[in-house]
Amino acid sequence: MNKRILEMIGGRLAVAVLSLFLVSLAVFFITELLPGDTAQELLGQAVTTEAAAQLRETLGLDRPAILRYFEWIFGLLTGDLGYSHVSDRPVANLVAERLPNSLTLAAITMAITIPLALGLGIVAAIWRGSIFDRAISSAAIMLVSFPEFMIATLLVMWLSVYMQWLPALSFIPATADFRTIVLAFIMPVSVLVFGSCSQMIRLSRAAIADAMATPYVEMAVLKGASRGRMVLRHALPNSVAPIVNSVALSMSGLLGGVIIVETVFNYPGLAKLMVDGVSTRDMPLIQTCSMIFCGFYLVLITAADIIAILSNPRLR
Amino acid sequence: MTVSAAPRRKIRMHIRPIAAVCLAVVLFWTIVAMFAPLLVHYPVGDMVSYDYFGPMSGEYWLGTDYLGRDIYSRLIVGARYTIGIAFVGLILAALIGITLGLLAAAFGGLFDMVLSRAIDTFVGIPNLLLALVIVAGGGSSIPILIFAITIIFFPGCFRFTRSMAVNVNALDFISAARARGEGHFYVMIHEILPNIVGPIMADLGLRFVHIILLLSGLSFLGLGVQPPFADWGGLVRENMIGISYGSPAVVVPSLALASLALAINLLIDNLPQRIRDQLE
Repeated sequence: MNKRILEMIGGRLAVAVLSLFLVSLAVFFITELLPGDTAQELLGQAVTTEAAAQLRETLGLDRPAILRYFEWIFGLLTGDLGYSHVSDRPVANLVAERLPNSLTLAAITMAITIPLALGLGIVAAIWRGSIFDRAISSAAIMLVSFPEFMIATLLVMWLSVYMQWLPALSFIPATADFRTIVLAFIMPVSVLVFGSCSQMIRLSRAAIADAMATPYVEMAVLKGASRGRMVLRHALPNSVAPIVNSVALSMSGLLGGVIIVETVFNYPGLAKLMVDGVSTRDMPLIQTCSMIFCGFYLVLITAADIIAILSNPRLR
Repeated sequence: MTVSAAPRRKIRMHIRPIAAVCLAVVLFWTIVAMFAPLLVHYPVGDMVSYDYFGPMSGEYWLGTDYLGRDIYSRLIVGARYTIGIAFVGLILAALIGITLGLLAAAFGGLFDMVLSRAIDTFVGIPNLLLALVIVAGGGSSIPILIFAITIIFFPGCFRFTRSMAVNVNALDFISAARARGEGHFYVMIHEILPNIVGPIMADLGLRFVHIILLLSGLSFLGLGVQPPFADWGGLVRENMIGISYGSPAVVVPSLALASLALAINLLIDNLPQRIRDQLE
């Protein structure tokens, strides 16, 4: 590893930290500055001007927003995730219960989606123009067009209601055996895989196709390399950067999918917690959950960029 | 790449059958959304039948929903919400994104750098998450939904326009225009924009699909268009219990949404190769 690579990686990390800071500003001030108020929301029907003012003072909402922003961000950095006034519990407790569930769901999905999507994308690129390629590309374009909730509801109708093979909800009791757990995961994971693989297939196919148009691949063809060797040995190593990027970018879509899927299947994850928080306008919870999601997303994007830098043969 | 006066090419309008079908579907839903009030059979909020989740019939073309309301009428009006809100949001996002993108490309330098960095912030927040945050802050109303769509989708328009415009900006005829003393704004509007308008329109089409999917997703979560009104996502949400009865109330709005999204995606996928090359 040379100095140039280290500098580029350092620069990328600095950008990531700056982005996270800007994201935190955006999240905090969007939730704070638009009209609407936690105090009024908490009091509901019983709201009077005095009561609201009193509650605002108790909650510290009467102080300037910029001050509260710095308190919030300092709290996050020191591990204090805030206090949910709606459920009257520390946000950290709520998050700790739910985060592992969401991570499990996302990890299983990625473990299936990434090899599947890249495999299909690469095979489609090897046999470009074939019936197989056209079938994959058409399937991908259909899946991009279908909303996750539609795939989810149709699967529930088919597999739970008509066939009665799978449970419609993914609530897993603590005493559940392995089979119950697997059955509960099949539908949510399938919906997420359907939702997130299409973009990855299209982008990885396009990345390989781009690399196939380069002079060095033409050279390989002239030397008599087979089609498979041309793709796997020559085009693929040079397409790592765009492919890794497409994987990272599809994480944005995956998060969207997780939000929908956790709601449909009533899965006890962080995204469901946040959606419930939005309905009850539980601001500290929403702010913290947003930062956790954005944090994960930025880590993935940054990791992808670093892999892209490391994989660039010209920098080695 | 050399740029000279292009020889006048014969424009061959070779329309593939699949593109024609897709165009028909898009036009169909556009017309439905525009003339929704003339097409409904019953007012959307009215409970017209005692039969919950009733089947399709001559009287209720697509059956009835969980309150015995006419699904056909709600679907038609739902089209208006989904397409209308998405369209207004798209127009605002496009106006802001394209204008800033052209400005960034034409002026360049520090202005471009600061603007690009600032706008990149929004790219660091996944779409649906940002929508949740905005709805949490502002409550769910149609202006807030339009605002959310604008905020979420203008950065993409900006980046796309900017990258296209930067490429064009480096070409000879732009230098020629600048050399004869044209200002930044003239160059932006008369020299750059006409050369990138095709790919931009196609890109906006793809964005429109993302918008309707996002908006329906939000309504499906109960955070979009509020009852008693409903867009397509909201219709699926409110009739979710109808799944067990195999009610058309759940399937039909989903299919409507999918048909529109698929039609637009396929239409753009079947555009002339010249425009598609620039899209990637």
